[in-house]
Amino acid sequence: MTPVVELRAARKRFGQVEALRGVDLAIGTGELVALLGPNGAGKTTSISLMLGLRRPTGGEARLFGFDPTDQRARSRCGVMLQESGTTGVLTVRELVDLFRSYYPSPLPAATAIARAGLDAKAGVRAGTLSGGERQRLYFALAVCGDPEALFLDEPTVGLDVEGRRAVLDSIRALSAAGKTIVLTTHYLEEADQLARRIVVIDRGMVIADATPREIKSRIPSKRISFNTGAPVSDATFRGLPVQNLELADHRVRLLSHEPELVLKALFERGVAVRDLEVTGADLEEAFLSLTTRP
Amino acid sequence: MRWRVPAFSVTNLALPIVFFTFFGLPVAHLRRADGVSIGAYLLASFGAYAVGNVMIYGFGIGVANERAMKIDRLMRASPLPPLVFMLAKVLTALVFALLALMLLIGFGATVGGIHQPGAVWAMVIARLLAGSLPFIALGFAIGYLSGPHAAPAVANLIYLPLAFASGFFVPVGQLPPFVQAIAPFLPTYHYAQLAWSALGAGSETLGTSLLWLAGYTAVFLALAVRAYRREERAKFA
Repeated sequence: MTPVVELRAARKRFGQVEALRGVDLAIGTGELVALLGPNGAGKTTSISLMLGLRRPTGGEARLFGFDPTDQRARSRCGVMLQESGTTGVLTVRELVDLFRSYYPSPLPAATAIARAGLDAKAGVRAGTLSGGERQRLYFALAVCGDPEALFLDEPTVGLDVEGRRAVLDSIRALSAAGKTIVLTTHYLEEADQLARRIVVIDRGMVIADATPREIKSRIPSKRISFNTGAPVSDATFRGLPVQNLELADHRVRLLSHEPELVLKALFERGVAVRDLEVTGADLEEAFLSLTTRP
Repeated sequence: MRWRVPAFSVTNLALPIVFFTFFGLPVAHLRRADGVSIGAYLLASFGAYAVGNVMIYGFGIGVANERAMKIDRLMRASPLPPLVFMLAKVLTALVFALLALMLLIGFGATVGGIHQPGAVWAMVIARLLAGSLPFIALGFAIGYLSGPHAAPAVANLIYLPLAFASGFFVPVGQLPPFVQAIAPFLPTYHYAQLAWSALGAGSETLGTSLLWLAGYTAVFLALAVRAYRREERAKFA
């Protein structure tokens, strides 16, 4: 079966900057995939190539088996972009009606507006919406055509807790209804909550493509910190499963997914461990250890 | 949508009428040497001004704003083909220009007592709408070449001198001699000739006007396409 989205050895260069360095990715019907990575990793560039907003410098991008700019592909996609705008003089409902008219069988306007939690603002001009409300308007515009595939670039940026929950709930409901959803985020937690497949992008390359559980098993889950009687060096930790090692005077901080093994080894190596603390690593922090290599 | 921007709707609908009140009404009862009513002649001139306004300011400022607000990016990602989006804007502008012309001519008839057979006005309106193509292209060129803050100034700087020098406000014969010498080379001059000749007051054949306008359309269109392609490369390549 033709994948909904396909990037084949996709490369993108902006002047001196190589934003994507050969990305291979196929997303099938009904998948909910989170593209995860730090800012500037190439998430937005990937989405732009998938949608034909940018042309790959090398490789290929296909959407429903077509060139991404092909009308037959476009009319099956709903899109929410970062850095895009709408006219401010139309009301929320008018804009939703306008975008509905671009699709063969759209949702009722009220349904789309409700999915974005904008019912109270339907009659308000887009120009007067707050940042979070605008973000929800873009979500309404993405879903109003009842498209088969949704591309959501940082859908929860700028939303308050309630707005974020509303959008995340809608995404789950859309996924449950069989829609293919590609979203980008730089929050591991969000990707973990939503997606069944996480694609980690860093510096223009896919460095992991797996289930949330697998991704989490690969990243160090515990933070160990302690004081030592005598100064230690990197050599003390040689061969141990530690990451993000920080040594400052007598204070040691590190991340590991096998804290017991590390501590056992340290005791055996005669390191004096005082004021020991083992805590669950902050997910974001742990994620960084995956994406930032020395 | 244009209605909701008073800066646009008032400028484009009311300004031609306001200018006509000052420049046209006081002499509306007079006749030219060729017997054509000066009132009707000036209504045609201000009609040309009105349509040029809609096209140059509407597209010049409109497109510049769209680019600045990144509306183009969202539209680009939508299923609506870019050409349809562009044609829809042109169609809206033509409807708006038609409205501006009807208001102006209606004002001339009711307040100024300026009357011409309906068929003559229909001809003036049809020619002004059809002949606005070079100004649509010029509007797009300004919109793609200037930022949102510069666009109104650029549009003014280009359009106002053109309008004055082509006899939109004051007949060409009353302009300073060097301006009179330049006028026959301006797109706006030949554009107004379309309307004046519909009243029997043109000073060149329809073919000549159309040839000049076609030439300017080619020039402005080339400029607009060039600017558009440059933008494409920067934003969507």
